[in-house]
Amino acid sequence: MRNAFLDTLFELAQKDARIVFVTGDLGYRVVEKFMEQRPLQFLNAGVAEQNMTGLAAGMALSGKIVFTYSIGNFPTMRCLEQIRNDVCYHEANVKIVTVGGGFAYGPMGVTHHAIEDLAVMRAIPGITVVAPGDPVETRAATRAITMHSGPCYLRIGKAGEPTVHKGTIDFQLGRAIRLREGSDLTLISTGGMLQTAAKAAERLDTQGIHARVLSMHTLKPLDEDAVLAAARETDCIATLEEHSINGGLGSAVAEVLAETDGAKVPFKRIGMPPIFSPHIGSQEYMLQKHGLNEEAVAAVLFKLYGFKKAAHS
Amino acid sequence: MSTIKEVPVKELARRIRRHIITMANRANAAHIGSGLSVADILAVLYGRILNFDPKRPDWPERDRFILSKGHGCAALYAVLAECGFFPLSRLETYYQNGSILPGHTTHKCTPGVETSTGSLGHGLPLGIGMALAAKRDGKSHRVFVVLSDGECDEGSNWEGALFAPHHLLDNLVVIVDYNKIQSLGHVKDVLDLNPLAEKWRAFNWATQELDGNDVRALEKALSQIPAQPGRPTCLVAHTIKGKGVSFMENKLQYHYTPPRGEELPKALAEVEAA
Repeated sequence: MRNAFLDTLFELAQKDARIVFVTGDLGYRVVEKFMEQRPLQFLNAGVAEQNMTGLAAGMALSGKIVFTYSIGNFPTMRCLEQIRNDVCYHEANVKIVTVGGGFAYGPMGVTHHAIEDLAVMRAIPGITVVAPGDPVETRAATRAITMHSGPCYLRIGKAGEPTVHKGTIDFQLGRAIRLREGSDLTLISTGGMLQTAAKAAERLDTQGIHARVLSMHTLKPLDEDAVLAAARETDCIATLEEHSINGGLGSAVAEVLAETDGAKVPFKRIGMPPIFSPHIGSQEYMLQKHGLNEEAVAAVLFKLYGFKKAAHS
Repeated sequence: MSTIKEVPVKELARRIRRHIITMANRANAAHIGSGLSVADILAVLYGRILNFDPKRPDWPERDRFILSKGHGCAALYAVLAECGFFPLSRLETYYQNGSILPGHTTHKCTPGVETSTGSLGHGLPLGIGMALAAKRDGKSHRVFVVLSDGECDEGSNWEGALFAPHHLLDNLVVIVDYNKIQSLGHVKDVLDLNPLAEKWRAFNWATQELDGNDVRALEKALSQIPAQPGRPTCLVAHTIKGKGVSFMENKLQYHYTPPRGEELPKALAEVEAA
């Protein structure tokens, strides 16, 4: 996803001189092309995220489209007030981009685990929050947030994520993509869990449970219509995210369901419990430890759907 | 262009002080000492230095001004009204229900206010972004940022202080309103900044210390920007908190208390007599 983002942004930057890529001193062996070929559209702000974000707002207020870039928590939480006041309150055309959402930097330790970022960013007025599900969505999301005038947060993985979408997609900010059709239950996924969602659904198929899978690449504004359609047309809903179950996708979907008459379906948030992970290991290892692997997700869905059936029998 | 350039700077500073005192009294608002200390700096900037057009607040070639010490906003609103960005009568709404002039500098709906500040330590990075964009676009306008002394406690300023000289931003000017009093006491007792000018010098800023309530000294220094080609300029402006009203000068109390009752005519009379 990281390369899909950087390659797409580089292409866009060649055509639009307003685009400026600002890194917080990260991107060894991936940002050099930008630095060398578009020097006036590149900036290394150093390890100083508050200044990076403030100056990004200042440049945006001077007509630039500014992308700030670093690992998970650094360009988000370290400079949260700069995002709130300087970027969002000024409606500055700044795009905050993080790599390593979730446990992509799992072995690096808790400082590098980004599992509250979506919740935090979602709380700020005026910002669009996007977590694409695979490299195809990442390319489309990069174009979409560049075209969108105003603050955006783009959370991407790291490298080597599988391509889930075969062929072209219709990507629009705020519109979920229906990856898979099914009438028994709906699994709504955000970010890099899309592949896991698809595979868990396939697994359920073999047990005779047919799951709809939605890629909710835009967390804010949330595609409420897609959520309510799932509540009407399928028996239960689960959300899947490489993020705390507090405040992210699960919370956003729950808010819609809870406040809509006639949308009360059995519901489950699948994600990280709101704790600092006691585990250290690869992304795959971390996901397994926290029940976010394909088998564990399928088991939760099976149980959720089973309760529903039992209640009706 | 603005006719404010025809007003003597001392007279403009007097008008700003008169407005601040009246606004604080009417609104029962805090931070009068902070406004009075920065009044001369704003009078010189808007009266003599900044290029702007009050009829076109978004004129792309305008010099940018950021009051990073957003709590001193009454002084900024006053000078903007004097310059004709909006009617003087709007100052009467300051800090009132339904107003668009809150107690920290806010750009929404207020022509001439470049940025919203209030949380300290935001103005310099914002200004750096504007200065960098101007450099990269080959524009000749300049960026002026006023910091408070207490604000210099915020680490974000020092991130910016490191960045600006490295990127040769000689179109950027910082003025520190060094009035020696911050929220809970004297700067030297809370978190000492001395030697402040040497800190900015060590960060490679072209730095000068001056009397920040001396309009001639300010005009002289601000007429020579950049002070050194290739370097941002920092003026460490020694000021007096509450300047212009004897019973408010150097008093922490007037970070919080507006002039009330008999204090109002007394304060206004002192400003007129100055």
